[in-house]
Amino acid sequence: MTFELLLFLAAGLFSIGLFGALSQQSIVMIMMGIELMIGGIIVAAADFWHFLAPTGSGQVVIVAAVVAMAVEMAMGFAVTTAIYRARQVDMTDMAEDLKG
Amino acid sequence: MGTTAAVLLWTLGVLALACGVLVFTLNSMARVTFALLASLVCVGGVVTVLGLPYLGVVIVLMMAMEMVIMAVFMIAYMMNPAGLTPMSMLHNKRGALAISGVVFAALTSAVFVVPWPDRPRLRSKDTTVQVGMSLMGDQMLTMVTLGFVLLATMVGATVLATNRGRYDRFGDDLDQRPARDPAGGGVGR
Amino acid sequence: MVEAGAWWTLLAAPALLLGFAVLAVTADAALTARDAGRPVTVSAAMRPLLAVPRALVAQPRRMPAPDRMLWRAGVVSVPVAAVLSTLVIPFGNVAVADLSVGVVWFNAMEVMTWAGLWLAGWGPNAAFSLVGGYRFLAQGLAYELPLMFALISTATGAQSLRVGDIAAAQYGLWYAVWMPVAFVVYLAGVLAFSFLGPFAYPVGQDIAGGVLSETSGVDRLMLQAGRWLWLAAGAAMAVPLFLGGGAGPALPAWAWSLIKTLLVLAALVAAVRRLPVIRADRYVEFAWVVLIPLTILQALVPALVNVNR
Repeated sequence: MTFELLLFLAAGLFSIGLFGALSQQSIVMIMMGIELMIGGIIVAAADFWHFLAPTGSGQVVIVAAVVAMAVEMAMGFAVTTAIYRARQVDMTDMAEDLKG
Repeated sequence: MGTTAAVLLWTLGVLALACGVLVFTLNSMARVTFALLASLVCVGGVVTVLGLPYLGVVIVLMMAMEMVIMAVFMIAYMMNPAGLTPMSMLHNKRGALAISGVVFAALTSAVFVVPWPDRPRLRSKDTTVQVGMSLMGDQMLTMVTLGFVLLATMVGATVLATNRGRYDRFGDDLDQRPARDPAGGGVGR
Repeated sequence: MVEAGAWWTLLAAPALLLGFAVLAVTADAALTARDAGRPVTVSAAMRPLLAVPRALVAQPRRMPAPDRMLWRAGVVSVPVAAVLSTLVIPFGNVAVADLSVGVVWFNAMEVMTWAGLWLAGWGPNAAFSLVGGYRFLAQGLAYELPLMFALISTATGAQSLRVGDIAAAQYGLWYAVWMPVAFVVYLAGVLAFSFLGPFAYPVGQDIAGGVLSETSGVDRLMLQAGRWLWLAAGAAMAVPLFLGGGAGPALPAWAWSLIKTLLVLAALVAAVRRLPVIRADRYVEFAWVVLIPLTILQALVPALVNVNR
């Protein structure tokens, strides 16, 4: 039963993060939502590793998820900085038009 | 799985979910960031309890650094960082709630409906060695790809974030020495 | 071989760490008295300890609209992280918990002080305090990567992340001898994460004490204790990582651990008093342009040695 409950935890984290990523306007807050979603993926991957596939490749999934987190953070901050420098906004709604 | 592990998993899991909810309900940016840190530290704890101590502790380490940096950007770019006056910066809340609700329901039903195979397999004794051997062995291509992705990220993020090129630093004829930088450095400038 | 201690080591380890920290503080006070031309007496050395009862009864300073919860959390987490880091440090042949990922654990606890110190700067809702918090982050981005590579060098040399294995792998030749760059960078990192001496930039005089400027009473005591506890923990960790742990002739292992830790601590206290404060914007360039390449090369040395073994 622990296996299913942990997957439930992963689904919960993923859905909370998804809600945040969809509903927040600020780019930094959207990134927080994405972080939570990847957190859910990490829990699910660790769960699968422990109960179904305790192989090295199972762990590599977690490594890839952690790298995705780091890449998302770095690019997110860089994009926020670039947009803010160009037109002093940090909200997605104000950056929806292509022309600056 | 023993009783201690089960208790730990329950505590960490409930805490992770509670802090995850707090991320989108609190007002203060600093509190939001550290609620997310608490949630992800619990995720690292879950990974550790599941028998992957190296990855778990690395997640804790990385998330602590990331979230502190995130707090800096948060306060730099967002209005009302201390949350002294309640405010909401949401769009399409109902749609987002509907979509994430449907996704959650779908995932949960899949979790409990799918007949998961029950194969208690032999787990490696030293999981740190296991992941190292895997990354440097049969998953070498993954490792190399991740390395290139990180390198591309470093270059791309720096290019996006900086607004100064070499002509700003070295002058129009690129002969200005030392470079004109807004802040001095420690190596010869 | 290092073994896990009995339950009472859980209490003994923090007490021992506190003892080392108090020794460092009194040594610092004694040296201050000598430099000022006052007689070096026991009472002169004990003088900073008088601040402890004074802090306990002091009236707390109140700020308008502080974030009290985060402030408290930050202030407490600095000394708590220092104590938690000692779980994996073997003293003689006994560690509280010789985790299989001890080095990473130590590093993770050290990074927790980033969060703690930034929160301690953010909490009081005061400008200089927050500037101090930001300064620690700038400094952290400078010292952290060279420190990580220094830790990785020792783990590569021993082919293990377990601190006990690293100490045991130095049978015959200390890592301090054939990894001198890693050793020096590690000691600089210790000064940096205890924000003392050359790395006292986050609590600089030019910003009225920075992170410490608005704290009072028990809060101030916690932060100050956290600094010296981290210095003591860093000195204790240097022994198994670079100085062969409890190995040595004639004396028992715990005595060698004690002697080596005290020597490292004395060197660190002397360095704290001699070196001037370095600005983070200067150190960050030095760290990234000079120290990171050097420490990567340093990590390459044990890797090549192990390939040929």
